[in-house]
Amino acid sequence: MNKNRRALLKSTFVAGATGVAISAGLLTPKAVLAAWPKAAFEAKDASAALQASLGSSSTTTSGDIKLKAPDIAENGAVVPVTVTSKITDTESISIIVAENGTPLAATFNLGANTKGFVSTRIKMGKTSDVTAVVKAGGKLYSTTKNVKVTIGGCGG
Amino acid sequence: MPTIDRRTFLKLMGLSAAAGSTGLLTACNNSYAANIADDFYDLPMKGNVRILHTTDFHGQLQPVYFREPNVNLGVGDAFGRPPHLVGNKLLEAMNLKSNTPESYAYTYLDFENAAAKYGKMGGFPQMKTLLDRLRKQAGGQQNTLTLDGGDLWQGSGTSLWTRGVDMVEGSNILGIDVMVGHWEFTYREDEVLSNVALFKGDFIGQNVRVKEDSLMDDGYMKLVETFDGSGLYDEDSGHAFQPYVIKEINGAKICIIGQAFPRTGNANPPEFFPDWSFGLREDDMIELVEMIREEEKPDAIVLLSHNGMDVDIKMAERVPGLNAVFGGHTHDGVPEPIKVENIDGNECWVTNAGSNGKFLGVMDFDIQDGKIKSMHYNMMPIIADVLPADKEMQAFIDQMRSTKYDENIIESRSKKLFYNKSRVGKSYAEILDEKLAIADRLLYRRGNFMGTWDQILCNALREEYDADIAMSAGVRWGTTTLKGDWITMEDVMTQCALTYGETYVSEMTGHDLLRILEQVADNLFDPDPYLQSGGDMVRVGGMDYTIDPSKPLYERITNARLDNGHLIEAKQTYKIAGWAQVNRTPDGRLMWDVVRDHIVKNRGKDNVLKIAKINHPKLVGVSDNPGIADYPGEVG
Repeated sequence: MNKNRRALLKSTFVAGATGVAISAGLLTPKAVLAAWPKAAFEAKDASAALQASLGSSSTTTSGDIKLKAPDIAENGAVVPVTVTSKITDTESISIIVAENGTPLAATFNLGANTKGFVSTRIKMGKTSDVTAVVKAGGKLYSTTKNVKVTIGGCGG
Repeated sequence: MPTIDRRTFLKLMGLSAAAGSTGLLTACNNSYAANIADDFYDLPMKGNVRILHTTDFHGQLQPVYFREPNVNLGVGDAFGRPPHLVGNKLLEAMNLKSNTPESYAYTYLDFENAAAKYGKMGGFPQMKTLLDRLRKQAGGQQNTLTLDGGDLWQGSGTSLWTRGVDMVEGSNILGIDVMVGHWEFTYREDEVLSNVALFKGDFIGQNVRVKEDSLMDDGYMKLVETFDGSGLYDEDSGHAFQPYVIKEINGAKICIIGQAFPRTGNANPPEFFPDWSFGLREDDMIELVEMIREEEKPDAIVLLSHNGMDVDIKMAERVPGLNAVFGGHTHDGVPEPIKVENIDGNECWVTNAGSNGKFLGVMDFDIQDGKIKSMHYNMMPIIADVLPADKEMQAFIDQMRSTKYDENIIESRSKKLFYNKSRVGKSYAEILDEKLAIADRLLYRRGNFMGTWDQILCNALREEYDADIAMSAGVRWGTTTLKGDWITMEDVMTQCALTYGETYVSEMTGHDLLRILEQVADNLFDPDPYLQSGGDMVRVGGMDYTIDPSKPLYERITNARLDNGHLIEAKQTYKIAGWAQVNRTPDGRLMWDVVRDHIVKNRGKDNVLKIAKINHPKLVGVSDNPGIADYPGEVG
């Protein structure tokens, strides 16, 4: 077992993963971000959330965004989602859960020359489309995947 | 047991002669053998690599009766496709005849008479004898590979009381080389790792991952260190176990990839595996196969899977590079492999080897110059009395069953129910051999809807809690008891033995109750196999309902009524009893004690347990489905 690697990852986690910590609810967002986009995160539907956070709700479907999420959530309270954007000059990556009471689950603002890659865990109340929205060059691109949240029990 | 007649005697002589100097079959002394052809278990090797496959033993070390389903509906692409054919439809599709050992093994047809004619099936001592014979016919064990598809460590009283250890030891004697898991994970993580350490083969699974938080957690690292690193195969990828193994067999390089049951985390209590995550992980599977093809350059890649057959078929289509799938989970005894064309246009053979030790799958490959030249597949039904018991295995089982139940037994999640005082001091065999009552009909579970065994379980729960309705999980394990036979404690344990058997009663509105039924039905009848969870429909006692499997979520179930005829009202509250909760530990008595006491209390003076009513749901929209026949309830 490589203990050094673990130690490194641990410190990285603490120092570098602030974005992850916010979306997982580990930190109070207001304490981290000066300008907390309250309207966006409290919006009750997907287009209002996009409008409030990204200034537009019109997106173009893109094959250059890879959204990795399970077909069936093991636990709706912590659904792992990974988004990779190959779109040039990706400025931000947002995750929308259409069926959640407040659909905007996370927005990651990326610095210049940052690789378009985020990994987080989101909360899902029920089966829903999950959409990754990438902002690049002032335009919005998206890709969607359905994630089933289902009752437990009854294995074969 | 009937005495041996002259014809039987001659047959037996023939069999022992056929076994030749191996003496394998000389101990056979039962008249059931008269009904089996002498060469039934002869299978000369066709090629140079023989893969032997067992799956879903569910703790059954000894021969059992297991009735195959008369309802196994296929939906979407699976409509009418094996394994979703029952009875005569299955026989026709597989070119098998009725009134044969095969029709007894693969179908429910004429089950009582066939059971009387052929006897019990499976059993580790019998399986061991056949494995050794087929290894010999392959030119020796070195030319063979023995794979087990999981659900091996759970399903009997002894597997529960030994926390799976009896099955690990038994599988070591069988000579299992590689296995994957599902119910294996329903013991605590330290018990799983201890069992993996005891297992002499490889425990694999590409889709068993250590959670990210656990990779950072000192507690998990300490656990893994206790087991010499087992439980953390690759820290970078998070693989808890090896995703695959490579075996050199008779000059050929065979890669076996493991796939644990993807829905383990949904279907079973997560408290048993706080550090592990499962899931289908198809993308990872595609990348893994690509990597293996490039870097390991094997002659064949086979998938040892606990996906279930419909999922296996879809995965074989979508993951290029697999040559064969050895599947389990859905307990489908499918005599012929299903040929699947994958997205690259290549073929992959998908098999499923049934359950409870009833079958041995045998795949012979002829591999020359790095290419598969031919493939031959056979499923062998294990007719117990025709295969003499392997002495070493039998001695192990007898010794294990003579173990005394003591205060160290853990048979519950709840500390106050860890062990049962009334069992302390008795041997396992003594406890399990207890005769409870005589069966008034054939008792079975397997099938998409209510079985007769399930009705007893539901009746027991309703009586225990004076409940309106009882629910019992539609698991596919649980063996069969013949009409007129004694129901023993062993039978009760094969229906109930799991590590979370606490019972409960709770108040629930009609609305919530129906939503639960709808969601379970969706897990069974979602047209996309990747969105199914395996298992059959939850059993409901004290209530009848109508179900149309072809409808979408929240529209399948209608006309739900209590036994007294009253319609289930959305806003009314009902008293509902159940067991095997996955998200909490209720404090009610363990299910097997509830069921045992119910049977003993309700048997008549003639010792017969009479079941008043079976809550068969009414089925709609299935009359043209070849996955149903001889349904005892209403079909609309």
